[in-house]
Amino acid sequence: MSGALKLSLTRRYRFAASHRLYRPNFSVSENERIYGKCSNPYGHGHNYSLEVTVSGAVNPATGMIANLGELDPFVEREVVEAFDHKYLNEEVAEFASEVPTAENICREIYRRLRKFPAARLERVRIEETSKNSFEFDEEIGGREQRAP
Amino acid sequence: MEGPGVRGENAMIRVTRKMEFSAAHFYHNPNFSEEENRRVFGKCNNPHGHGHNYVLEVTVAGEPDPATGMVLDLKELKDIMQREIGERMDHRHLNYEVPELAGQIPTCENIAAAIWRLLEPKIGTGKLDRVRLYESPDLFADCSAASNGGKA
Repeated sequence: MSGALKLSLTRRYRFAASHRLYRPNFSVSENERIYGKCSNPYGHGHNYSLEVTVSGAVNPATGMIANLGELDPFVEREVVEAFDHKYLNEEVAEFASEVPTAENICREIYRRLRKFPAARLERVRIEETSKNSFEFDEEIGGREQRAP
Repeated sequence: MEGPGVRGENAMIRVTRKMEFSAAHFYHNPNFSEEENRRVFGKCNNPHGHGHNYVLEVTVAGEPDPATGMVLDLKELKDIMQREIGERMDHRHLNYEVPELAGQIPTCENIAAAIWRLLEPKIGTGKLDRVRLYESPDLFADCSAASNGGKA
């Protein structure tokens, strides 16, 4: 006998972008000490994989939590078009004042996607490389995994 | 040799077994007009159907038995998954051949929930923790027990 169920739907998107980890209020040597080669002045890039999880009731008429016909264009517009093949430090306004670490990218994506009107945004997870992934959701308040 | 093992309050372990099955489906709601079906379901509405290689991950949570070091016998879980899901859904048309999905649109969400309902009563050792169903590498649904009485 099954009780009430909780369902979520996760969709993966991809974007490629460059960034530089550098804070102007740190000295050059401090930037190098903290960010290592990620603070190389010319920047560098990653293929990001983005997982967007929405949850909520399954609409009996459609069998869906969210119609991908609505979710895909929303994520494309809010995130993929804004981030894909861009230099995040200079081309995404929020990263003019915030270091575009994967943590901050993850949180910024969450902020943009929480406006999705058709379902509750449950979680955003990004992989910056196959070894590093980052998750953000409101309940946990952000969680991070790093390979050694 | 008797090691310290994993016991006590935080001894809960999750064990996941994966399987694949291939099936056909299409999306159509008879209460919608033809035009509405096409608008809502897009190419998934093609009445000839289409198929996927589904990947199913079944996670069981429990405390390892100190005698075996296992939460449950994975061979047993494999057999349950094959019997309950593989035989029902593999190389089947989900709209026509799976009674548990009758009257529902066979979306990833609904299939995951149907799989949960089929497996949950069959797990004898440990507790079914999560059913994750991939329709493709870029799309999956998760089903678990609602923790607070049904807030979906």
